[in-house]
Amino acid sequence: MSLEGFRFTKDHEWINTDRTTFRVGITEYAQHELGDVVYVELPPPGKVVSKSAPIANIESVKAVSDVYSPLSGTVGEINGKLAEHPELVNQDPYGEGWLFTLQIGDPTELDGLMDQKKYEEYLKGISGE
Amino acid sequence: MRYLPLTDAERGEMCSTLGISDVRELFGCIAPERCFYPLDDFPPALSESELIQRFRGFALRNSYPEFLSFLGAGAYPHFIPEVVNSLSAKGEFLTPYTPYQPEVSQGNLQAMFEYQTMMTMLTGMDVSNASLYDGGTAAAEGALLTIRKSGKPRILISSSLHPEYAEIIRTYVQNLHYELLTVGSDRSSGKVDITDLERKLDERTAAFLFQSPNFFGVIEDNGILAEAVHRRNGYAVQVVAEAMSLPFLVPPGRCGVDVVAGEAQSFGLPLSFGGPYLGFLAARDGFLRQMPGRIVGETRDADGKRGYVLTLSTREQHIKREKATSNICTNQAWCAIRAAMYLATMGKVGLTKISRINHQNAAYFVRRVSPFSHVRVRYGRDFFNEVVLEILHGESVDFYERLRKKGILAGIPLGRFFADFGNALLISFTEMHDREMIDRLVAAIGDRP
Repeated sequence: MSLEGFRFTKDHEWINTDRTTFRVGITEYAQHELGDVVYVELPPPGKVVSKSAPIANIESVKAVSDVYSPLSGTVGEINGKLAEHPELVNQDPYGEGWLFTLQIGDPTELDGLMDQKKYEEYLKGISGE
Repeated sequence: MRYLPLTDAERGEMCSTLGISDVRELFGCIAPERCFYPLDDFPPALSESELIQRFRGFALRNSYPEFLSFLGAGAYPHFIPEVVNSLSAKGEFLTPYTPYQPEVSQGNLQAMFEYQTMMTMLTGMDVSNASLYDGGTAAAEGALLTIRKSGKPRILISSSLHPEYAEIIRTYVQNLHYELLTVGSDRSSGKVDITDLERKLDERTAAFLFQSPNFFGVIEDNGILAEAVHRRNGYAVQVVAEAMSLPFLVPPGRCGVDVVAGEAQSFGLPLSFGGPYLGFLAARDGFLRQMPGRIVGETRDADGKRGYVLTLSTREQHIKREKATSNICTNQAWCAIRAAMYLATMGKVGLTKISRINHQNAAYFVRRVSPFSHVRVRYGRDFFNEVVLEILHGESVDFYERLRKKGILAGIPLGRFFADFGNALLISFTEMHDREMIDRLVAAIGDRP
């Protein structure tokens, strides 16, 4: 799967820079590690957040995990479908399972994130540990 | 295993993070003589029989049972059927520590589930937790619940909220970045001043928290209040200090209220000089994930049989740590079970009858004192079982003392709570009073010095 325009964090969040509003979600690896997602707690729209700060949390049958903001910015929309269908995070983490949109404050912060190739290498490093 | 596995180095690190040099500094706001008892001054040990003698002596100093009492204001003497005392004293209910493992605690869990079910029926809400400490902490948790749900920082509270509850809410939020604002009352009706409420509601307001029946015994128009709050996208939180009013009135949920928090001591718990009491919190479905405390749910086991378990525990501290919905990590399970036993014993019809007697006794008193010219019932309409009596010439404290000498605790002098109520007594009636007792009170009031 080609994820052109997606940037990744070491904590396994993604942000899609292709669209005019930047969507944020968690990666395929993250959803697999979490197991079946049963509840997603999302931030209120308008919340101002700094890079790497906890912004949402995802509850699975195994654990409750924080989601960290990949960049600084302001929360725009949240994915309302997740209230009824949290399993979308498992089924389609890069698509219908997005969490919220972020209006980013500082575009230069993007340089600190990984592209798909780098992220895949990073994952290999983790599984090799 | 050490039960408090903190090293001195870790303690030192925490202190330096907090900017203090000694743990005792954290308790600086409490007078030191209340923190540390001078153990050197302890009298020599007593034998068992001496000890019993000594404490019997202390108990004899309790004079309350000798009086005819009309004290209420958040603590109400109601009849408790003996079956509640006897059943709740069973060891399985009385002594287990954290009885929540489903494989061994089905009886406790089912009783708590029944408690929750009955509380949702009485409040007209969708969900109830398995209890909180008391009415005051429940009110504070109700306020925080709406802040979490809405993400807004401001709470309005009515000036007719129980002053001790208001104090607890203030204590809860004093170090948080929330704003508390008081909404005044209408002088003639004793109800919330709706103009003041509408003026203070804004887009930053999470909720308006009001008590009904309020501290002065007056039943608020909760439907009108809820509507005003909803117009500004806030939540309506009703606090109930006298749970016995619930079966008498339309359930708050049917009047548009979003959250009901309060004190359920009236359901099967004795006065006991102030505790343990029973805080309850019930809310609409949408608040479920933000509810504090334990919640028992009904489920099916592997064989398809009905069973009960703690549910949605991820809200709580042992899983979510500092992001938990509340710092409260325990509840009043035994008190809640007593309430369930009380409610089940009384039944829907019995409970409604008792609540009516409460009101009728208060109404009888209001009728009987109305001819008097030296006292006046301040809010003579829309009361449940408590009324404010104004002493037209003099201080209520003196009036109280005069009746106390006649063996009657006539009510709570309100001057200690509200400066402009120095001439007023809050008088409370329950089904424990009969006509003869109320006549005695009326005669004592009428008997001018």
